[in-house]
Amino acid sequence: MSEVIIKANNVSKWYGDFQALKDINLTVHKGERIVVCGPSGSGKSTMIRCFNRLEAHQKGEITVQGILLHNKMNEVGKIRANVGMVFQHFNLFPHMTVAMNCMAGPMWVKKVPQAKARETAMRILERVKIPEQADKFPGELSGGQQQRVAIARSLCMEPEVMLFDEPTSALDPEMVSEVLETMTSLAKDGMTMVCVTHEMGFARAVADRVIFMDVGEIVEEASPQEFFENPKHDRTKQFLSQVLQH
Amino acid sequence: MLFPDTVEGDKLVHKPLFVAGLFAAVFLLFFTIDLTGTIFGDLLRPAIGDPAQSGLYGRFAVALVVSILFVVNIVLIGFLPLGAQIAVVWVELLILFLSFFYTFDLSFSFIAQKLPFLITQGVVTTLYVSAISIFIASIIAIIGAVAKLSTNGFAYAIASFYTSFFRGLPLLMQVYLIYLGLPQLGFVVDAVPAGILALSLCYGAYMTEIFRAGIQSIDRGQWEASRSIGFGFSLTMRKVILPQALPVIIPPTGNQFIAMLKDSSLVSVIGVWELMFLARTLGQKTFQHMEMLITVALIYWMMSICLELIQSRIEKHYGKRTSK
Repeated sequence: MSEVIIKANNVSKWYGDFQALKDINLTVHKGERIVVCGPSGSGKSTMIRCFNRLEAHQKGEITVQGILLHNKMNEVGKIRANVGMVFQHFNLFPHMTVAMNCMAGPMWVKKVPQAKARETAMRILERVKIPEQADKFPGELSGGQQQRVAIARSLCMEPEVMLFDEPTSALDPEMVSEVLETMTSLAKDGMTMVCVTHEMGFARAVADRVIFMDVGEIVEEASPQEFFENPKHDRTKQFLSQVLQH
Repeated sequence: MLFPDTVEGDKLVHKPLFVAGLFAAVFLLFFTIDLTGTIFGDLLRPAIGDPAQSGLYGRFAVALVVSILFVVNIVLIGFLPLGAQIAVVWVELLILFLSFFYTFDLSFSFIAQKLPFLITQGVVTTLYVSAISIFIASIIAIIGAVAKLSTNGFAYAIASFYTSFFRGLPLLMQVYLIYLGLPQLGFVVDAVPAGILALSLCYGAYMTEIFRAGIQSIDRGQWEASRSIGFGFSLTMRKVILPQALPVIIPPTGNQFIAMLKDSSLVSVIGVWELMFLARTLGQKTFQHMEMLITVALIYWMMSICLELIQSRIEKHYGKRTSK
């Protein structure tokens, strides 16, 4: 088996009395594409937000590229620079141009010279198919374009793994496909990905493994074919019947 | 501007009932306060004879003429387009205001004689004391705001103690405490640094709250996005949060600057030769207090107007960028 990128071992997390994650065990290998689905409030976002420590877990261990995440770490910035994250609401920096959004990380975190950062940014904007928007501000772009910029911003850091937190659920329906296409092409290029999404078509086409979560635990973990055609668990069946019925 | 409805009602100042009511009110007012002794009485001499002898009839005539003029003026202004309306009302108010000062029978030669000194000494001192103070206050405010938002108990306690104390005391009291209190501890401070210190500390406390609100107004998604590409606290603050908080912070900060310009008059009590100090002292020898007070009042007003203009330009600049 290839190199382990993310490993979660018995991870639990509480918000006050409410347990958001229950004994999560998950291993992500290099080059793997994992889709996480489940009803809202099932802890999927919380889980991937723990992987770059936007959220803290209270029990268990998470290691990213062999480095243990804990609450006194100095190198958290280094981990985050290696773990790209795409948010539901894009969270682009509205006061910077598209190009600058992509250049900020490399320039200020990795100390890449401006000209080189711009070059990389343009190359990656090309890849997400919006080089012509480079000097506009995010507010001038459509939702789909903004989300592709957000993907580009993460890619510019040359991350080892990309986390997607419901990247299409805030988009108008006609813009979902352009973002999914970008993600699919990333997957084809061998990027390690963990995607929280309700796009079952994407899961079926791209995922190596599908993970179904409910009330904070991983209920089922299977290949897409297995998952969609022969779900084992009742909760999975119920969820699938709800998502797939239309 | 309030968001106007698309349906236009009748103009208030063209409604007969309103105009009649206004007329009655103005007439009654001037009938009771009796304007026959003023310039209006003089002007109506052909109609009412000697104003002093004219009695009730004179009062009635003067009040009638004044209220007719007033109402006609208002109705006519009602016909103008918005911009002209604003300009005309401004100019009329200004004329009324200045003629009010004019009745004090001021000695303009005295004003002209003192004006250069008022500007070179007073305006300059007021401006540099305010400018230095607002600069220091802004720095205090950034630190204070971050401290108040932090989870560090010491930082929060110190910052909240500071804002509570300096917002809780009258500024005049702080000026005295710093100027007279510090020497008791062995630090003798000159009047100007003491004044600047008092203004900075006081306004720093107010602006801490403004900056805190500005920082808090930024969506937490911005923090998360910034962290997710590996920015530490300082980078996040400098490159992501503060630049976006500025458009929120600037209008109330401009307000604070204008307020400080005027509050800097309080340091006159410790003998700083700024505008207020000069206003009180220059006219003292010859008992020409009103001349200096009114002149300085107008100077303060003009400086505030300049600042308002600058502020609105800065706001427009940021408005352009954020509306994108």
